[in-house]
Amino acid sequence: MTTVERCVGAPMTRVDGLDKVTGAARYAYEFPTRDVSYVWPVQATIARGRVTEVDPAPALALPGVVTVLDHTNAPRLNAEAPAGADLFVLQSPRVAYHGQMVAAVVATSLEAAREGAAAVRVSYEREPHDVVLRADDERLEIAETVTDGSPGLVERGDADAAWAAAPVRVDRTYTTPVEHVSPMEPHATIAVWDEERLTLFNSDQGPYMSAQLMSALFGIELSAVEIVAEYIGGGFGSKGIPRSPTVLAALAARAVGRPVKIALTRQQMFQLIPYRSPTIQRVRLGAERDGRLTVIQHESVQQRSALVPFADQTVSSTRMMYAAPNARTTVKVAPLDVMTPAWFRAPGHTPGMYALESAVDELAEALGMDPIELRIRNEPETDPDSGKPFSSRGLVECLRTGAARFGWADRDPAPGSRREGPWLIGTGVAASHHPDYTFPSSAVARAEADGTYRVRIGAADLGTGARTALTQVAADALGIPLPRLRLEIGRASLGAAPFAGGSLGTASWGWAVHKACRALREELDTYGGVVPDGGLEVRASTTEDVERRADLSRHTFGAQFAQVRVDGDTGEVRVDRMLGVFAAGRIVNPHTARSQFLGAMTMGLSMALLEVGEVDPVFGDFANHDFAGYHIAAHADVPKLDVMWLEETDNTSNPVGAKGIGELGIVGAAAAIANAFHHATGERVRDLPIRVERSREALRAARAAGKHRPGAGGPEPRVG
Amino acid sequence: MRINGTPHSMTIDNRTTLLDVLRERLGLTGSKKGCDHGQCGACTVLLDGERVNSCLMFAVTAEDREIVSIEGVADLADGEALHPVQRAFLDHDGLQCGYCTPGQICSAIGALGEAGRGWPSHVTEDIAAGVADASALDAREVRERMSGNLCRCGAYNGIVEAVLEAAGAQGPQDTATAATSAAGGAR
Repeated sequence: MTTVERCVGAPMTRVDGLDKVTGAARYAYEFPTRDVSYVWPVQATIARGRVTEVDPAPALALPGVVTVLDHTNAPRLNAEAPAGADLFVLQSPRVAYHGQMVAAVVATSLEAAREGAAAVRVSYEREPHDVVLRADDERLEIAETVTDGSPGLVERGDADAAWAAAPVRVDRTYTTPVEHVSPMEPHATIAVWDEERLTLFNSDQGPYMSAQLMSALFGIELSAVEIVAEYIGGGFGSKGIPRSPTVLAALAARAVGRPVKIALTRQQMFQLIPYRSPTIQRVRLGAERDGRLTVIQHESVQQRSALVPFADQTVSSTRMMYAAPNARTTVKVAPLDVMTPAWFRAPGHTPGMYALESAVDELAEALGMDPIELRIRNEPETDPDSGKPFSSRGLVECLRTGAARFGWADRDPAPGSRREGPWLIGTGVAASHHPDYTFPSSAVARAEADGTYRVRIGAADLGTGARTALTQVAADALGIPLPRLRLEIGRASLGAAPFAGGSLGTASWGWAVHKACRALREELDTYGGVVPDGGLEVRASTTEDVERRADLSRHTFGAQFAQVRVDGDTGEVRVDRMLGVFAAGRIVNPHTARSQFLGAMTMGLSMALLEVGEVDPVFGDFANHDFAGYHIAAHADVPKLDVMWLEETDNTSNPVGAKGIGELGIVGAAAAIANAFHHATGERVRDLPIRVERSREALRAARAAGKHRPGAGGPEPRVG
Repeated sequence: MRINGTPHSMTIDNRTTLLDVLRERLGLTGSKKGCDHGQCGACTVLLDGERVNSCLMFAVTAEDREIVSIEGVADLADGEALHPVQRAFLDHDGLQCGYCTPGQICSAIGALGEAGRGWPSHVTEDIAAGVADASALDAREVRERMSGNLCRCGAYNGIVEAVLEAAGAQGPQDTATAATSAAGGAR
């Protein structure tokens, strides 16, 4: 056929766009359900201790309240299930974090459930708690493994001797705060039991994997669990697995024998949905005077909960970014009386590359060298961590292409040298990196006798454009026009498939879709191209294909550029422009890919300048727990951003040639902005976010040190 | 009250918000609950033509009022299947997950109406004079006027492009200091 390659690479409008702009798209909470009840959690007002008594009487006296659940009467979960302790909802009197669910009210209306929850009286035995992350915490331990499966400590060469001998050294500590994922759609579930069958309409990044987890927790067959996740209002990692509200809905529905729904309030999102761990990162870079790195040491201090040993892969990018012969990279975690942190867009890589790429900028300054040139000088030939060849490595081309497009050559490297009226203006650059993961997946392709085709896969589209990209892949692989194709995703029963996380969706699902469609075509050929009565169906799995891939170091790269302006009087920081240049395999849909990159860079801007979860050490909770207190970037914060990508063909990847792009765009964005802030003001802020109080402090320090070149235009800043 | 042109008469709990009546009672789930607190704008609907956060409004106070939600905005555009703002959101990919989208669209329709009446914003040069009409808006004005509608996917660039197109904006649309390409994309 001649139609191959027609759709992949074309800027197709989102196939589900019409449903989204008309309000027709159904999210988890919105499926019509008969006789539905509402469950509202009662949350712990202590951070550590145990529940001594739950008095349901005041709640039960209210009209509409059906029942009050607590650890004494909630249905039992399978204690052997391989699930994190946070998911064993209402199974014990133990309180491990402030805001944990300790009871729940089921009622016939939303209002009655909420009022009932406020009326339940809970007594506690309180124990002293500790919720503050400290670099000198005596309980800090090196993580056995981090999220990507690698060890918490990796060494090569002799990092101590090389550090002692390095002619040029940078030794700095950077911190990032608690960051809340905050998808616009709060976590929501409708749970429906039919005898021993459980159906969950769930806001969920991975319906199949979630069904596995829920079947284990409730001790029922995998085939008895259906998860429907047709539309997901953003996830960014927070909906990667079911969280406590999903388990609560299923428990409550089982207890009352009718469907139950829950949607967290925005405030509850901050208390019940995992966040990005704060980090305290010490980076030490040692180099020869020509800029060649001799040693990298990167230690990240993070928090976990008392019960769950979670550790982000914060130093994993550092292990393979630059060609230093000696390195020590470490993740240490302290067990605190907090909700377990978890994944948030490019887990680990995002805060880790903020620290590393800030330190590289500081080293460039110490060397008197251009920061792009410094990175290029330390470009490795093979993966410095594993020794494997790279399947592709576009970092240098991204940096060079970006430099030309951004106008880097015109930059005066002296900090504090450009001023327009009250504004100090600076530019910065940082590298971007994310691993290229591919997981096995299955897919089904079916030809109907009427000439139409159906492709089914247990994928999920949380706004990424997966539904559109997979449609394009399928249409090309089948060689048919789009109107004859129907793609079904968003259900566990569509078959084994990985979740939408780790930027692995398009590569993993796309491969399975491609394989199933090609196999169907071949099968059809044996029928002389005529679809038999009753249709023809082919199921494909890529498990063996993924295993058979060449043993290469697989990654995606990018370069981030930013220009910021800082008001010398007020300290206000504005981002004027950003450019992201990326090398991430074949781009299936330029339209949705551009949106993915833009969105990730926007989130990086938000991280750099706005986002901080304020920990209250006394009560043990977050002092800011809504969008008035936890600021995420709004329209007025975000300028026009520029995105481009390189034509990258990585034939070793998968037949589609696609790699993941959802996370790459956030990595490095905050470092580029922080480096630009330094270039603008001459002073570095090493603690994110760079909000106005930190900006003003930096301006005061810069002025005291005389770092703004006098007479560069405009009056002296009046900070004081 | 009238919702999307249809009169509705019902008895409701006086604690119930307009948003919950739309979503829970009438099955009009296009209006979204993002914060239930007036901080995110996902629930924005048009009340007698003006944009409001339906989560901040008790339904009983909407008695006898005219409400248009995302399900009804296409009817505001005579004979079109989609409102021009909806069409522009699709063309500029001003959305990703879609959850804030109905609120962004209703808010944009309201904002364009305000501009059409000359209302100034915080960034309008001459507050007393206001703006000539919607087509006089530039990107900075749109960003300011749309800042009550949060989008975590970060579709802001596409949304601003879409609103400017629907406004029929003329001339330079972006006052950013940099010369950046509008298109992005592959070399």
